[in-house]
Amino acid sequence: MDIFIQQLVNGLVLGSIYALVALGYTMVYGILELINFAHGEVTMIGAMIALAVIGALLGAYPQAPALLVLLAGVLAAIPACMALGYVIERVAYRPLRRAPRLAPLITAIGVSIVLQNAAMLIWGRSYISFPPILPHGSHTVLGAVVTDLQIVIVALSILIMFGLTLLVERTRLGRAMRATAQSREMAELMGVNVNTVISITFIIGSALAAIAGVMVSAYYGLAHYYMGFMLGLKAFSAAVLGGIGNLAGAMLGGLLLGVIEALGAGYIGDLTGGFLGSNYQDVFAFLALILVLVFRPTGLLGERVAQRA
Amino acid sequence: MPNVPEWLRRHPRLAFGLLAVLLAVLPFIVGAGLGRGWVRVLDFALLYAMLALGLNIVVGYAGLLDLGYIAFYALGAYLFAWLSSPQFGLHLPFWLVLPSGALLAGGFGVLLGAPTLRLRGDYLAIVTLGFGEIVRIFMNNLDAPVNITNGPQGINLIDPISIGGVSLGVRHTILGVHVFPPTFYYYLFLFFTLFTILVAMRLQDSRIGRAWAAIREDEVAAAAMGIDTRSVKLLAFAMGASFGGLAGGLFAAFQGFISPESFNLMESVMILCMIVLGGMGNIPGVILGAVLLTVLPEALRYLGAWQRATLGHVVVDPNDLRMLLFGLAMVAMMLFRPAGLLPSRQRKREFRAEDGVAGQEAASLYDAQA
Amino acid sequence: MTTLLTVENVTKRFGGLSALEAVSLTVNSGEVYGLIGPNGAGKTTLFNCMTGLYTVSAGVIRLDGVPIQNRKPHQIVNRGFARTFQNIRLFANMTALENVMVGRHARTRTGVLGAVLHSRRCLAEERDSRERSQAQMAFVGLKDRGRGLAGHLAYGDQRRLEIARALATEPKLLALDEPVAGMNPNERREMSELFLKLRDAGITLLLIEHDVKLVMDVCDRVAVLDYGKKIAEGVPDEVRRDPAVIEAYLGGAVA
Repeated sequence: MDIFIQQLVNGLVLGSIYALVALGYTMVYGILELINFAHGEVTMIGAMIALAVIGALLGAYPQAPALLVLLAGVLAAIPACMALGYVIERVAYRPLRRAPRLAPLITAIGVSIVLQNAAMLIWGRSYISFPPILPHGSHTVLGAVVTDLQIVIVALSILIMFGLTLLVERTRLGRAMRATAQSREMAELMGVNVNTVISITFIIGSALAAIAGVMVSAYYGLAHYYMGFMLGLKAFSAAVLGGIGNLAGAMLGGLLLGVIEALGAGYIGDLTGGFLGSNYQDVFAFLALILVLVFRPTGLLGERVAQRA
Repeated sequence: MPNVPEWLRRHPRLAFGLLAVLLAVLPFIVGAGLGRGWVRVLDFALLYAMLALGLNIVVGYAGLLDLGYIAFYALGAYLFAWLSSPQFGLHLPFWLVLPSGALLAGGFGVLLGAPTLRLRGDYLAIVTLGFGEIVRIFMNNLDAPVNITNGPQGINLIDPISIGGVSLGVRHTILGVHVFPPTFYYYLFLFFTLFTILVAMRLQDSRIGRAWAAIREDEVAAAAMGIDTRSVKLLAFAMGASFGGLAGGLFAAFQGFISPESFNLMESVMILCMIVLGGMGNIPGVILGAVLLTVLPEALRYLGAWQRATLGHVVVDPNDLRMLLFGLAMVAMMLFRPAGLLPSRQRKREFRAEDGVAGQEAASLYDAQA
Repeated sequence: MTTLLTVENVTKRFGGLSALEAVSLTVNSGEVYGLIGPNGAGKTTLFNCMTGLYTVSAGVIRLDGVPIQNRKPHQIVNRGFARTFQNIRLFANMTALENVMVGRHARTRTGVLGAVLHSRRCLAEERDSRERSQAQMAFVGLKDRGRGLAGHLAYGDQRRLEIARALATEPKLLALDEPVAGMNPNERREMSELFLKLRDAGITLLLIEHDVKLVMDVCDRVAVLDYGKKIAEGVPDEVRRDPAVIEAYLGGAVA
């Protein structure tokens, strides 16, 4: 039972990070019906930039307050990723909006390879460890250990998701976004500047990705030029699981996927009589993705995926 | 093909004859001129040409984006290793193992394609990507508790292909000339590449090829003309996978060693890149893409030596630069020359055409089929 | 006269909206049956339901007595029911002849093995496909126009090519969705002649048309849809005088 609660907690923490990244996929898909393959790499770049800034600050002012350094790192990563997201859309997707479907998908893959390898050239092939400036207290709840870091991650994610929901549901900008998602042509006729809305969507998604990137590297204590790939895939799976194009779906899908993964990794040994171990953790996300596509392609909260398409 | 001199164009038989002679003596010319290492590069160029032609059936003909293609290559390679190496003490003959690898890969293609092909293409891309990773994860971890794949170390001492009791894996002296394994494998790979070309060409010009093209152009209209779009797409997917499996078996026998390292996502991307660069759907284009992208990285190695000579040390490892350049090339190709270096007649127009109505209305078809 | 197609109480809802409400009609073998109605009346929706592009929300559609609703499009084509599209949907980057040959798909068998080995049966089938497709093109008035790309044909010829492509599937029933839209009176007259020629060749025609005059000229019977409901059915002269129809067309247009 202790393992169950513990894995549940771990899963929820991981899941809230997935949810943040999944939101980026789902927002872009909702508006452009495009899978922004490079989104995972934006997350990675966010983590890398934050770590670089944190490292530089700690090098220059070893006595600086930890919270301030951390904040500086995050605040550097967010605008950098926003700019990156904007540039990606302008350069790789916008010119191809009227091209066959395969074309933007291929540039998206190209962009993610470029980002990955650029990161490798800049920051090297080895793992970069997160400096020890994170909160490190912990509590025991129902037999499970909950760290302060986990609490911060979940709380911050919830806050961000709440804010995003308000933005989309209550503001003029949000209304323009929803209108564009319904029909780009109609929104345009109604006076919505569709290009601006699309740019803003990428920018918001990238800001979320930057935060998620810092969170995930803080959680695992590591960053690596390759980390965006897996994270991106899982977050996309989460978006599909919840129903792509649907904000609440992405949040639910993220949390669910985190929990599935944690529980799966925790119990796979017992389930297979020790044949498979927790190193198969990454498989669960894809199994979940494939199963959802087979049995409920709309996702849990989604309208009909295929029909929207 | 463009840029063929007029006199050759007028005498196609002569052109074919010259090409055949060139292909027959190529390994000796390359071996003598550039060194024996380059014959290996030539072998890999052929292997990648096979892979690219196989993937081209999926991407170029049927318009389905498969990002986990390398997984089928891996399945073929591992099956070959399991059935003819000391791993399980089996040493079955290649003519049995190679087709089995193709069959296994094709079977997995069907398993994967059946649930996903009824959905929009983007989903196929993601699911195949995931599948590629799953296969790699399994290959990496299936060494315990029962050692099946030997984990990250990979499987060693795979039997070379031997034909009529003559192993291609050792040096032979023919008419007083030493002939090395890469040269033998060159001819073997050339044979299989020609076979792949023949299959691809004939399929393209058949009832099946027309159905693929129709689906790529307008899936709804294709269905309304009596094409069972789902099974025809599945066929393309499975055919591509089988060629991947076949090439994988050849790779395993040629290398004598395989490990999960050889089958990562970047390999899938590179093969896709070959197709995009050369010209989707066009056989000469795809081959050109494969040859270019196999030879260029080798040539890039000289860049390392050049840096050492002029700057005293290697500033940027050309190996690290390779993928970066590939990524840039993919983006640039799509933006500036989307139909590739040697575009097919159809593709040239397709990328120019606007995708308005057909794309929007594709929705309604799935209403009935999903 | 035998019944070829029956539509029984077919309803199609999109979300909460009813695009078709309990529509019933019967098409007899050998006739030209017209489907008219104002924009948005549900004509194309009914076509899409009949040809398997939409699932129906309720009701039964029978071809030769066999239910075909909610079948896949290719199964319906196999049963002998082909169609064209309102907004021409040719395979624009294939040649005109290739387009028609795609229509032969359902009536040919060549598989991978045959195609790769160039088996004698496959080559014979391919030759036969080509000849029949050329014949279909000649039938619709596109003799020897097969080599050019479909997208390069003139607008009216593209409409004809779509019909040839549908004919290649050997249909008993051919549904044409606004086949003369955007044509001038001359071209319209030529198309009407083609429709009658098709009927004489033994093909039952189902025609969606806005051009009421053309419908009245070539159709044996007509049904009128308005707001997803059938408001009239009968021979053209009857329907023309039906007050409900006149109402739907705001008085003048029909007369």
